[in-house]
Amino acid sequence: MRLVASQVGALALRSVTRTARQPASAIPPILFPVSLMLVNAAGLDASTRLPGFPTDSFLAFALAVPFIQGALFSTMNAGTDLARDIQNGFLNRLALTSMRGSALLAGQLGGIVVLGLVQAVVYLVVGLAAGVDFASGPLGVLVLLAFAALVSIGFGALGCFLALRTGSGEAIQGLFPFLFVFLFLSSMNAPRDLIGVDWFRFVATINPVSYLIECVRSLIIVGWDVQAIALGFGFAGAIGLVSLALAAGALKERLART
Amino acid sequence: MSERPNSIEVEGLVREFKKGPRAVDGIDLRVEPGEIYGFLGPNGAGKSTTVLMLTTLLPPTAGTARVGGYDVVRDGPKVRTVIGAALQEAALDPLLTGRDHLRLQSTLQGIARGDRKARSAELLERVGLSEAADRKVGGYSGGMKRRLDLALALVHRPRLLFLDEPTTGLDPQSRTALWEEVARLAREDGVTVFLTTQYLEEADVLANRVGIIDHGRIVAEGTPRALKAQIGRPTVEAEPAEGVDQARVEAALARFGELVGGSHHHNGIAVRLREGVTGLADVVRALDAEGLAVENLTLHAPSLDDVFLAKTGRSLEGAGDDGGGTEP
Repeated sequence: MRLVASQVGALALRSVTRTARQPASAIPPILFPVSLMLVNAAGLDASTRLPGFPTDSFLAFALAVPFIQGALFSTMNAGTDLARDIQNGFLNRLALTSMRGSALLAGQLGGIVVLGLVQAVVYLVVGLAAGVDFASGPLGVLVLLAFAALVSIGFGALGCFLALRTGSGEAIQGLFPFLFVFLFLSSMNAPRDLIGVDWFRFVATINPVSYLIECVRSLIIVGWDVQAIALGFGFAGAIGLVSLALAAGALKERLART
Repeated sequence: MSERPNSIEVEGLVREFKKGPRAVDGIDLRVEPGEIYGFLGPNGAGKSTTVLMLTTLLPPTAGTARVGGYDVVRDGPKVRTVIGAALQEAALDPLLTGRDHLRLQSTLQGIARGDRKARSAELLERVGLSEAADRKVGGYSGGMKRRLDLALALVHRPRLLFLDEPTTGLDPQSRTALWEEVARLAREDGVTVFLTTQYLEEADVLANRVGIIDHGRIVAEGTPRALKAQIGRPTVEAEPAEGVDQARVEAALARFGELVGGSHHHNGIAVRLREGVTGLADVVRALDAEGLAVENLTLHAPSLDDVFLAKTGRSLEGAGDDGGGTEP
């Protein structure tokens, strides 16, 4: 058990080290969502005057989006890194050690969780520095970080699954815009009950990403909305379980070792 | 586990790929403890596929293999604890340093925390990378990457070492340094080495025994000296100055021994001298008497390439380009 823990830790450390040493892959997941949030906050601030809008600060409303957007970047980074390991034979090097497939997957995801938490802290600091009040207080911050970790696992495992299935970093990057569609077809820019277009409201309602965003949003602007939090954790957990199962199956298939 | 903990025993090993030929077609071989076994063959002959099966990374389609006393199919995890491997591509992370790699590898191999630093330093020193240890691997030369790859394969003190074309693309100096290290491992540490190569010289210099593989089958096996002795006599190869003289040169040479199918040069005609090296003067006189001009006349002492030529009818150089087996 101790050996497995140290193996997982070593792989997670490798993942973090790699990211830290290539700013071109570390900075965009932080910079892009923050920039988009600030642009949206400036341009859509008038939305807060709509009857029933849950807050008078669009920045507070929009702050939830980077958390999910950053996790989507994690999907791409995790997948691209693993695909590169497959392409250059590094996965074979790992397969030749005594470590189990589950430890290998956990190690990959460990690094993604650490990076996901770093991103979450940055978003949080930017939001607080811009004057956002965190309605659920310090405990809510801890819940938010736990949620960010869970979302990172789910999306990271999805990235690993795609990498293990395709074995190609280019394929992962090609799929990335498709994943972003889920974000744009969610309640990222307006509460679902205020979306005027019927089909959009329907899609946003069946889109799990809406519930992930609403969980974070509720912690920031509402406080302790048990239903939103439960739905968020529920969907994040479900995405995590499905993604992990898919990734574990794909890893078993990819590692044909005896 | 068998009583031969450092040996490799293979019987009837087969690997078929979907919609492809048999990459490995029923090979039998035995590598003794502490021996350096050279697995020689052209590209696509089945060398790497064999290594992948013996290192547990690819299940065989049929046959059995025991590595370090363990069955590669039933005891995969146990096999992995006793082997080290440097596969065809030096699979390194360009963003990590040499020391990072060794730290990671020693953790994954279960080396005790207190021993990791010392073991890493020892291996870096052994492969001559101490000074470059804290540089990112992306800036290493091909030789440095190969040496780091070897160090990584040795982290957990394996009893058996698999090296898949370890010197491909290296300059002569790096190649010699690697040969010395591999020889030292077998001689001083008793490590059994299974080495694939397409370089004749490498197999000749380094290996105690050589297996020659072609189209997934072992076509010859033995010590380099014994294999060359099978061929016995030297060959002389003449390259006619004029293409029209090809048949006449062939007829003249045929008087001095058996013609060898295939030759080292494109237009060359080779004959294995019946009288040994003393027959060379007679060959020259005969060509002169017939008024045949040759562009090159070369005497070849028996080499492993001659063994390959004798067994397959082709020279090893370029033999991989004829649509042979498939390397993964």
